[in-house]
Amino acid sequence: MTNLLQIENLHKQYAGRTVLSDVSLSVKTNETLVLIGPSGSGKTTLLRCVNYLETPNSGIITLDGERLGASSTGQRLPENMLAAQRQRIGFVFQRFNLFAHLSAIENVAIGPQKVLGLTRQEAHARAAHELERVHLGTHMDKRPNQLSGGQQQRVAIARALAMRPKILLFDEPTSALDPELVQEVLEVMQALSVEGMTMMVVTHEMQFARDVAHRVIFMDAGAIVEQGSPKDLFINPQHERTKQFLIHLKG
Amino acid sequence: MDWAIISSSMPLLAVGLLATIKICSLAILFGTLLGFVLGLGSVSQYRPIRWAILGYVDFIRGTPLLIQIFLVYFALPVIGINLNEYWAGVLALSLNAGGFICEIVRGGINSIEKGQTEAARSIGMRPSQILVYILFPQSLRAILAPITNELITLIKGSALLSVISVYELTRAGQAIIAVHFVPFEIFLLIALYYYVLITCLAWLSRYAERKLPTW
Repeated sequence: MTNLLQIENLHKQYAGRTVLSDVSLSVKTNETLVLIGPSGSGKTTLLRCVNYLETPNSGIITLDGERLGASSTGQRLPENMLAAQRQRIGFVFQRFNLFAHLSAIENVAIGPQKVLGLTRQEAHARAAHELERVHLGTHMDKRPNQLSGGQQQRVAIARALAMRPKILLFDEPTSALDPELVQEVLEVMQALSVEGMTMMVVTHEMQFARDVAHRVIFMDAGAIVEQGSPKDLFINPQHERTKQFLIHLKG
Repeated sequence: MDWAIISSSMPLLAVGLLATIKICSLAILFGTLLGFVLGLGSVSQYRPIRWAILGYVDFIRGTPLLIQIFLVYFALPVIGINLNEYWAGVLALSLNAGGFICEIVRGGINSIEKGQTEAARSIGMRPSQILVYILFPQSLRAILAPITNELITLIKGSALLSVISVYELTRAGQAIIAVHFVPFEIFLLIALYYYVLITCLAWLSRYAERKLPTW
């Protein structure tokens, strides 16, 4: 398998405080990579840097060999060029961020129609298909405020999928959900993983990491502490900080 | 109360009212259009555009409407633009309302939660698309009431056009007063005419607000 996404020596600072320091990692095609770590460890920032919702201070990100976000000299690309690159990177937000004035199907169809240039009919057909895929076939005409959190998040996943992205980034997709709604979202994500979607997932759902991830990365204080298969990392962590983190989780 | 004067003045004032309605309709059309364009421009990613609009809004808000009317009427001819008092009035009211509506539109757009903008960026929408398809439609309902307020101010401000001798409602009344010297009756009548006109606009706005969807 080839490396689809490559991150090299990524640095990010906010107002003098280092959030990411020298982070390098790669994601292979069809791989599900899960990022875990305590709050403030830089997981979310790392994810947001990949599609340039945050601008890293330095470092190189490439998707399929193409450098993302910056020119070869490291200059941030103009917003319209970033937009073109983001079409190929799906992003699922913690708080869903659905377009409040659009129905579920319009939320999913607007990207293919306005960004990819599909006709309204094609875009709606594709949106309907993606909504079926996340088991929302009967809720297509509802607005976000008529849907539960779990349903909203599944619409958000369908919205990302409708762009036919090469990789899907999940930023704590179940953290804002009521406990009883978490499972329906995780099941959809697991199905995507099994189908071979390339995914990078930031989550606090350790059961999901154990069962679904091909590889797990533990981050702390803006750096990667260790990585490995879920088995290795959860059963036999090498670093003291990883052990501490896992012990705290078990309570 | 001089009822004979009142009843003979009503049709004369109606002519003035008609002129006021015409001028205000044009100014509402152009001013709203200008305000929307400036408002959308004021959230542009291009700094020179934002600054230019900021400067314009600053000027409009920082100077009296009466002075702006004089400037349009007396200063534009100096640079070779000659407008009659009617169009100078329409232009001055439009420019004034545009500045205020710009701020209302900008505020409305900025009030939409940032998460939706990020989501739109994440599916590859360009800034202009995000503005047109995501932010602007959602701000419409919220900005309708403040824009109505501004348009009411515009209608009231049109009374000032009497100073550049536009024959609108106030000017028409002043002409009657000059001949018959019945200021109380005529000004009361003028007030009533404005009141009806503005109430109609307010009613229209409430109706539109009910028709706009909620989410």
